[in-house]
Amino acid sequence: MEQPNLSYIEELSGGDQSFKKKLIDIVKQELPHEISEYNTHVKAGLFDLAAENVHKLKHKISILGLEQAYYLAVDYEEDLKNKKMEKQVEFEKILSQMSLFIEQL
Amino acid sequence: MKCIIIDDEATARAIIAHLCSSVDGLEVLEEFPNAIQAIKFLNKNNVDLIFLDIHMPDFTGFDFIDTLKNPPKVVLTTSDKNLAFEAFEYDCIVDYLLKPVTLPRFLKAIQKVESTAVPVPVMEVAKKDGAKEDNLPQKELYVNIDRRLIKIDFERIYLIEAKGDYILIKTDDKNYTVHSTLKKIEEKLPDSLFLKVHRSYIINIKKIIDIEDNSVLIERDVIPISRSNRSELMKRLNLL
Repeated sequence: MEQPNLSYIEELSGGDQSFKKKLIDIVKQELPHEISEYNTHVKAGLFDLAAENVHKLKHKISILGLEQAYYLAVDYEEDLKNKKMEKQVEFEKILSQMSLFIEQL
Repeated sequence: MKCIIIDDEATARAIIAHLCSSVDGLEVLEEFPNAIQAIKFLNKNNVDLIFLDIHMPDFTGFDFIDTLKNPPKVVLTTSDKNLAFEAFEYDCIVDYLLKPVTLPRFLKAIQKVESTAVPVPVMEVAKKDGAKEDNLPQKELYVNIDRRLIKIDFERIYLIEAKGDYILIKTDDKNYTVHSTLKKIEEKLPDSLFLKVHRSYIINIKKIIDIEDNSVLIERDVIPISRSNRSELMKRLNLL
């Protein structure tokens, strides 16, 4: 199973440690908020809004180097627009994985 | 070159701002988390380029462009692969960056912004709906290349070729690459001179040298004629 990583952030930073730190700090700040919004919308059955949350979370997923998870998120976003939730558990596992990874940075 | 960044995601704004810092002469004037704030800024300031997210709450990137009278060049930044077609319906959109944006891809977009023609106010002087009427006085087309409106006489054009997101306009003495689509330019051309003979080619029928089976020789180019367009071409010729 793939693991979150900093490959993209490191490549983007090009050795600029202050930018790397700044970007990680922003992700640390934004990710929990985005996940919380997603959870709220899923619980309320607001599928379109949840799809929008997943859309935004896709960027974070790719920033953290989760290539396979990205494709799952793409499918899940489409599913949500059609009120389908089959991939919910799998997607939420990815979110937990990302949260844990970010917390440890 | 002065630019602004519009994206509701702080991470995305930070990434684009960082990428901008790697380009000499590219200055980020402001970053905005929503389009409304950007519109207020643009009412008082000029910019050359906007990095624009499409998916934003309330006001999408496309809504934003629609509010601008004379939009500057726009590079879209998005996680959605499916909007490319819609994006290039807008003349001001120069490129389409998929997130997460990498430095090489970003630099390619900047090259496009710097070197290629933009918005395509093709014949802005013409009446939009009547441009195809042959009795209009317009005998020329204006294309925007590097901030200059360049006049091209219809009679000088012998071929227009689709090249991805661009069109190549070939004339007797010069070629022009313009960010536009065949469909858009076709609307601006007089029917008496031009005909689309293939999904990728519009020709000036007065410049035909000969026709053989399913191809036409025009100046120095041999152009395929699609089966569906062949009968229209034959109708337009003064056949003996």
